[in-house]
Amino acid sequence: MNVPYIVSLAYQYADNLAFLLLAALGLMIILGVIDVINLAHGELIMLGAYTTTLAYHRAHLPLPACVLLSFIGVGAFGMFLERTVIRRFYRDKLGALVATWGISLLLSQGMLLFLGPSLIAVPLPEWTLSYAGYSFGGYRLFSASILVVLLAWWIFYRTKFGVRTRATMQNPAMAQALGVDTRRIYLYTFAAGSALAGLTGGLYAPTTTIVPLMGTTFVDVAFITVVVGGGANPILGALTSSALLASISAPLSSVFGTFMGRIGLLLTALVIIRFLPRGLSGYFQDLQRRRMAGARS
Amino acid sequence: MRGPLGIFSRVGGRQDLGRGAAFWVAFAIVALGLVAFPLFGSAFYLSNLANFFVYVPMGLGLCLLWGYGGILSFGQAAFFGISGYVYGIVAQNLSLTPGASLLGVAAAILATVIVAALFGYFVFYGQVSAWIIPLLTLVLSLILETFMAQTAGYQWRIGHVLLGGYNGMTGIPSIQVGPLEFGGASIALYLLTVIAMLLGYLGLRLLVNSHFGYVVVGVRDDVERTRMLGYNVARMQVTVFALAAGLAGLSGVLYVSWGNYINPSSMGLYAATLPVIWTAVGGRSSLIAVTLSTVALKWLADSLAVRGGEYAFLIMGALLLATMLFFPAGIVVSLNRLWRRARRHAP
Repeated sequence: MNVPYIVSLAYQYADNLAFLLLAALGLMIILGVIDVINLAHGELIMLGAYTTTLAYHRAHLPLPACVLLSFIGVGAFGMFLERTVIRRFYRDKLGALVATWGISLLLSQGMLLFLGPSLIAVPLPEWTLSYAGYSFGGYRLFSASILVVLLAWWIFYRTKFGVRTRATMQNPAMAQALGVDTRRIYLYTFAAGSALAGLTGGLYAPTTTIVPLMGTTFVDVAFITVVVGGGANPILGALTSSALLASISAPLSSVFGTFMGRIGLLLTALVIIRFLPRGLSGYFQDLQRRRMAGARS
Repeated sequence: MRGPLGIFSRVGGRQDLGRGAAFWVAFAIVALGLVAFPLFGSAFYLSNLANFFVYVPMGLGLCLLWGYGGILSFGQAAFFGISGYVYGIVAQNLSLTPGASLLGVAAAILATVIVAALFGYFVFYGQVSAWIIPLLTLVLSLILETFMAQTAGYQWRIGHVLLGGYNGMTGIPSIQVGPLEFGGASIALYLLTVIAMLLGYLGLRLLVNSHFGYVVVGVRDDVERTRMLGYNVARMQVTVFALAAGLAGLSGVLYVSWGNYINPSSMGLYAATLPVIWTAVGGRSSLIAVTLSTVALKWLADSLAVRGGEYAFLIMGALLLATMLFFPAGIVVSLNRLWRRARRHAP
C-alpha cells in the first residue's frame, strides 16, 4: 500500500460517486416531489449528450456553452413532456412509469432512425492532473457533481420556490389550501429533473460513445441509486446513497471488472430495501421524527 | 357452488371478461379450430403460429401479476432467459440419457421459480413502494443480459456446453418424449404450444376466480386492509411473483425447444419490455384480452421486423404510449366496455 495507490483508489471512488450522483439526482428529485418514476430519464441523458455533441461539431461552440445548452434544451423538453404526458398520470403512478417507458422507446428508436447508429465523440478537454504516474481527467465531473448538489440544496432550502416545493412534498392538499400552485411546482420540478439529465449527458459526452441506446448505461445504476436512496429527501438520499454505493462498486469494479460492480450494487439494493424499504432518506426521516417526538415528551 | 359442476361455474366467474354461453361457444370453436389446424395448415404456418403461442404463458403470467396482483414487473424476460439457458445446459449435457429433456424442463422451471422466490423474498417482505419492483426487475434483466453477453470463449462452459457469449447457445435439443420430438416445425410442438396456451388461460381463470384469486385482487386494491383481515400479504405476493416467473419459464423452455437456440438479447431491454406492452395494450385486468394481444402483437412485431427492426420498436413504443394516454385500461378491455354500453342502450 503506497501513497499513489491510495490516491488512485480515492480518485476512483470520487469518479464512481460523481457518476451515480449525476445519473440519479434528477430522477430522485422528480420521485421525491412528484412521486413519479421517469423511465425515460436515460433517454433524456442521451438527448443531452446528443445536444452537446451536435452543438460542438456543427455550431462550433466551446464545450461549456454546449453543456449549458444541453441543460436548458433538455429542461425545456422535460417541460413539454410534463404538459403533454406526465400531467395525466398524477393519479396513477404506475401508469406514469409505463407511459414514460413508451416515451423512452420512442426517443431511442427515433434517434436511431433520425441520426444513425453513432456520432463522432467530442474530444476530451486537456485539463488533466497527473500525480505519480496516474492521470486524472475525471475531477471535472466530480467538481461538477458537487456544484450541482450545492445548487439543488440552495434552491430547496434557501429560496421561496424551495419552501413551496417542500410544502408540496409534505402535503399537496395543504399546500394548495395555502395558495401554492402545486401544478406549477410539478411542472418546474419535472423540468429541473430533466435539465439535470441533460447536464449529465452533456458532461459525459466527451467520455462515452454517443449512441442512441447510451441511456441504458446510466439508468441501471441510477435506478439502484434511487431505490437505495428513497424519495423522502432527494438531496440527502442521493448523496448518502451514492456515497454508500460508490464504496461498493469502486473496489469491486477495479478488482473484478465493471460487471461484478453492477452485481454488487443490485445485491446491496436488495439487502437495503429488505430492512429499509423507504431507502436511506426514509430511514433518516424516521430517525429525525423519532428524535423530535422524544424531545417533545 | 360445490360438487363436480362447481369448477365450471368457477372458471366462468366474475374476474375476467367473457361470461355466458356465447363466449364459451366461441371459445370452444376457436380451441377446436386451433387443434384441428394441422389437418389443413402447412408446416410453415404451424411453425409461425407455434412461435406466437410460445409467448402466451409469459404474457398471462404478467397479466396475473400486474392486472390482478397490482405488481408491475419487467422481469418476465429475465425468467424466460434463465429457463431457456438452464434447459439448454441440462438437456445438452445429458443428451445421451433418455428422458434428459424432461429433466431439463423440470430443472429449468424449478430454477426460474427459485430465483423469483429469492428475489421476491427481499422485495416483498420489505413492504417496498410499488415503483421499486419494476426498477429492480429491469435492472435484473439488464444485468443478466450483460453477464451472458460476456460469456464468449471456451472458459465459459458448464459440462461440455458453451454459454456462447453474445452469439448465444446453439444446438439445444428439442423436448423429446419417447419417439415424439417437439421440434420447431413439428405438429407435436404446435399442439404442445396450443395446449400450454389453452390450459394456461383456463387454469389462471380458475385461479383468479378462486378464494386465492380474490385475496390476490384484495391485495391489489388495498394492501393494508387485506393485511388487517389476517392474510400474509408478503407471502401471497411472493407466490404470485414466483408463479408468474414459472409461466415465463414455461415460455422459455417452449421457445428453445422451438428454435434450438437462445441468446442474451432474449433477456435484454426490449425483450423485457414486450410482456409489459402486450399486457398494457390488451388490458391488464383480463386474461383473455392479454392472450389475444400477445398473439396479435407478436405477429405485428414479426411482420414489422421483416421491414427493419427499428420501426418495430418505434411502433411498439408509440402503441404503448397511445394506449396509456387514450385507453388506460387497454384496448380490448375498452372495446368490450364500449360494446356492452352500446348493447345496454340499444332498444
